[in-house]
Amino acid sequence: MLGMDETKVQGRIKNRQLLNKIFRTLFFFSTLIGLIVLVMLLARVLTQGLGWFDWEFITTMPAPFADKTGILAGLGGTIALMIVVAPVSIIVGVSTALYLEMYARQNKLTRFIQVNISNLAGVPSIVYGLLGLTFFVYMLQMGYTLIAGGLTLSLLILPVIIVASQEAIRAVPNDLLEASYGMGATKLQTIVRVILPAAIPGMITGSILALSRAIGETAPLIVVGAATTIYSVPDGLLSKYSAMPIQIYYWVSKPQAEWQFVAAAGIMVLLIVLLLMNATAVFIRNKFQKRL
Amino acid sequence: MMGNIKEDKQKIDVQQMINEKKSTQNNLKIIEKIVPVFLFLCAALSILTTVGILFTLLRESITFFGEQGFFSFITGTKWNPWAGDFGVLPLITGTLQITVISILVALPIGLASAIFLSEYASDKVRRTIKPTLEVLAGVPTVVYGYFAVSFVTPILRSIFPEIGIFNALSAGLVVGIMIVPMIASLSEDAMNSVPTSLREGALALGSTRLEVALKVVVPAAFSGIVAATVLAISRAIGETMIVTIAAGASPNLTFDPLVSIQTLTAFIVQGIKGDTTFGSMIYYSVYAVGMTLFVFTLAMNLLSQYIARKFREEY
Amino acid sequence: MANNTQAQTSNQQQKSTVFDVTDLNLWYGEDQALYDINMNIKQNEVTAIIGPSGCGKSTYLKTLNRMVETVPIVRISGSIKYKDSEIFDDKYKKEDLRTKVGMVFQKPNPFPKSVYDNVAYGPRIHGIRDKKTLDQIVEKSLRDAAIWDEVKDRLNENAYGLSGGQQQRLCIARCLAIEPDVILMDEPTSALDPISTLKVEELVQELKKKYSIIIVTHNMQQAARISDKTAFFLNGEMVEFTETDTLFSTPSDKRTEDYITGRFG
Repeated sequence: MLGMDETKVQGRIKNRQLLNKIFRTLFFFSTLIGLIVLVMLLARVLTQGLGWFDWEFITTMPAPFADKTGILAGLGGTIALMIVVAPVSIIVGVSTALYLEMYARQNKLTRFIQVNISNLAGVPSIVYGLLGLTFFVYMLQMGYTLIAGGLTLSLLILPVIIVASQEAIRAVPNDLLEASYGMGATKLQTIVRVILPAAIPGMITGSILALSRAIGETAPLIVVGAATTIYSVPDGLLSKYSAMPIQIYYWVSKPQAEWQFVAAAGIMVLLIVLLLMNATAVFIRNKFQKRL
Repeated sequence: MMGNIKEDKQKIDVQQMINEKKSTQNNLKIIEKIVPVFLFLCAALSILTTVGILFTLLRESITFFGEQGFFSFITGTKWNPWAGDFGVLPLITGTLQITVISILVALPIGLASAIFLSEYASDKVRRTIKPTLEVLAGVPTVVYGYFAVSFVTPILRSIFPEIGIFNALSAGLVVGIMIVPMIASLSEDAMNSVPTSLREGALALGSTRLEVALKVVVPAAFSGIVAATVLAISRAIGETMIVTIAAGASPNLTFDPLVSIQTLTAFIVQGIKGDTTFGSMIYYSVYAVGMTLFVFTLAMNLLSQYIARKFREEY
Repeated sequence: MANNTQAQTSNQQQKSTVFDVTDLNLWYGEDQALYDINMNIKQNEVTAIIGPSGCGKSTYLKTLNRMVETVPIVRISGSIKYKDSEIFDDKYKKEDLRTKVGMVFQKPNPFPKSVYDNVAYGPRIHGIRDKKTLDQIVEKSLRDAAIWDEVKDRLNENAYGLSGGQQQRLCIARCLAIEPDVILMDEPTSALDPISTLKVEELVQELKKKYSIIIVTHNMQQAARISDKTAFFLNGEMVEFTETDTLFSTPSDKRTEDYITGRFG
C-alpha cells in the first residue's frame, strides 16, 4: 500500500501500542505515588505515636517531661476556638452568599466582591495572622486571647464557606423559587422557607470542611500569639489559649528524640478529630443528596 | 360536586383572612427591609478584610522602609535582623528554592495523575482515587512538617551524608507532595472540559490513547494546566509550617538544597514568635517581609486567573 | 364573592373585566419579545393563548403576575390594569398581585416538603397559622383540585413520592389554597401523560365556575376543548383574540388560519 512495507507499518503500530502501555503504567504509578506517600505518612505517625497515645495523653495538661505530657490544653483550645469560629464564619459566610446570589444586582460592585473573594482564598494563611496581630491583638487591644485567634481564623476560612454556600444556593432548582414567588411570597419568605431548607445540607458540608481547615491551621495562630505552654483550658473569650497544631509544632521543634513520639501521638488526636469531622460532612452530603 | 356538607357550614374566605392578617404582617415588612442591609454588610466584610490586609501590611512596612530604605531592602544580600542587616534577597532565594523543588516534584506527578485519571482510568477508579488524593490536600501542614523532619530528612541523610538536619530539599519535597492534589485536580478538570469529539476524532485516525493524551488533550487543556501550576506555585510560596519545621532558620544566599535556609514565611514566624516587641525594627521588618510575600502570591493568583479566563474564551 | 354567584346564574349578563392590557411592549435586553399587545380578559372565563414556540405567549402570561421581572434585563412599557389597579404602579406590590393572581407552571414543581406543607405554604406565608383553619384550607383545596381521595392518607408524606400528574394537581391545589381570583396556567399538561392531562382539563372546566383562568398551550385541541376565548400569538404580536369557536371555525386573519390548519408552527 502506497509503496510502504506492510510489515514495517505493522511494526510501527506494535511499537506505538507498546509505548502506550509503558506510559499507561508510568501514569498509573505516578498516581500511586501520592497515595503511597499518604500511607507512609500515616504509618509513620502510627508507629511513632501509638506507644504514647492513650486516654491519659488526651486528658493530661502539658508537662516539661515527655512521658508526663498530654494534649488536653491543645484539644480544649481547639474546641474553644471552634466555638468562636463556627458561628462567626458560618453566619457571615452564608449571609454573604445569600446577598450575592439573591439580592446583589449584576453590577461592578458585585463583580468586584466576587473577584475579591477568590483572591482572598489565595492569600497565604500567615498573612491573615499579620492582619489579626495588627488589627485584633493591637488596635482593638484584644491581646493574645481566644477571641483574637478565633476571629483571625474566621476571616481565613470565610472565602471557603462563601463559595460553598453560593454553590448550594445555586443548586436549588429555579422552579421552586418561581413556585414560591408565584404564591405572593416575598424574597425573604422564599429564602427562609424554600432556599435555606434545600441548601442547608450543602452549606453544612462546606462549612465543616472549612472548619476542619481552620482546625489544622498553625501559622496564623503562632502570629496572633497562641500559647505553647499553658496549663489550662480556656474558660472565656479573653482567656489565653493553645491549640492542637500549636502543641504539635512545639513538640516537633524540640531536639530530644522522645518528643517526636509525643508529637506523633498529638498528630493522631488531631487526625482523629479531622476524620470525624470529614465523616460527618460526607454523611450529611449522602443523606440529603437524594432528596433533591 | 366537590365540596361536602360539613364544609358548607363553616365557609372560610381565605383572601379575607389574608387581608385581616396584613397588619400583623407589617413587622415582616420591616424585617424584609433590614435583612438585605445586614447581608450586604456581611458581604462588605470580605472587602474590608482585603482593605485591612493592605492597610496593615502597608502601614507597618512604610514605617520600616522609612527607617531602612526600600532599595537596600530589596537588593541587600544579608538578612540578619538582630544585627541590623535587612537585605531580603536570602529569604527570596530560600523561598525560590523551596518553590522550584516542590514544582519539580509536583508537576510531573500531578500531571501524570491527571492524565491517568482523565484519559485512562475508568469512572469507578477515578471516583475512588480522586477523593483519596484530595485527602493529601486536607492534611494539616504541621503534620507534613513532622513527616519531613522525622521521616524524609533521615532518608535523605542516608543518601547524602553531608546534608544538614534542616535543609531545603526535604522541605521542598514535602511541599511538593502537598501541592500534588491541587495540580492533579485542577489539571484533570481542564482535561475533562476538552470536548470528547476531539478525542474521538484522533482515536478514529488510529491514534493510541497516549497519542491522544499528549498530542490532543494536553495541548487543548494547556492553559488550564498552566493556571493550575501557577496557583500551586502561589501555594508553595505561601506555605509556612513545613519550611519552618524542616528547612531551618538560616537565611543563606545559596542554591544548595542540602543546607539550611530560611523562607519569607519562616522568617515571619521566627520574627513574631520571639519576644519581639510592638514597634521594634524587627516587628516592622516582619511586615515588610509579609508585604513581599503578599505581592508575590497576589501576582501569582492574578496571573492564574488571567490564564484561566483566557482559556475559557477559547471554547 | 357576590359577583361569582351572579356570573354563575346568568351567563348572559355582562362579565366584568379582570385584566385590561393596553399597548404592552416587552424587551429582553435589546430583543423585543412583545409588540403592542391589547387585550381585555373577562372574569370566570377560560382564556387560551396559543401560538408556535417562541411567539411570546409564556412571556405574556408571566407579565400578568409580574413573574417575568425575575429576569433582570427585562424592560416593559404600556399598561396592565388588574380590576382597575395599574399593576406596574410603584404603590401596587408584586406580592399583593400574586396573591390574587396565582400561577401553575409547565413542569410540576412541588416543594420537597409533605403534601400538607405544600398546600399550606400559601396561607402560611400570608400569616394564617391556626392549625384548624389550615386543616380546613388544605382539605378544601385538595378536594377542589380533585386529588383529595388520592392523597388524604399520605398528607405527611413527601410530595416527591406522587406521580407527575398527581404532583401537577397538587400544585393546582397549592395555588387554590389562597383562593386567588385568577389562575395563570403555563402549559400545565405538557409534561403529563394523556390520562393526567384529561384529569387536569376536567379540573379546569370545574374551576372556571369560581376562577378566571388564562391558559397557555401549544395544543390547539386542548384550547378548543376547554376555553371560551382564544388568543393567537405570533412573533410577539397578538394576531387574533376572539371566541374560541369563531377563531377555530372562521378565523379572520390569514396567519391564524395557516396556523390552525397546520401549515406552520
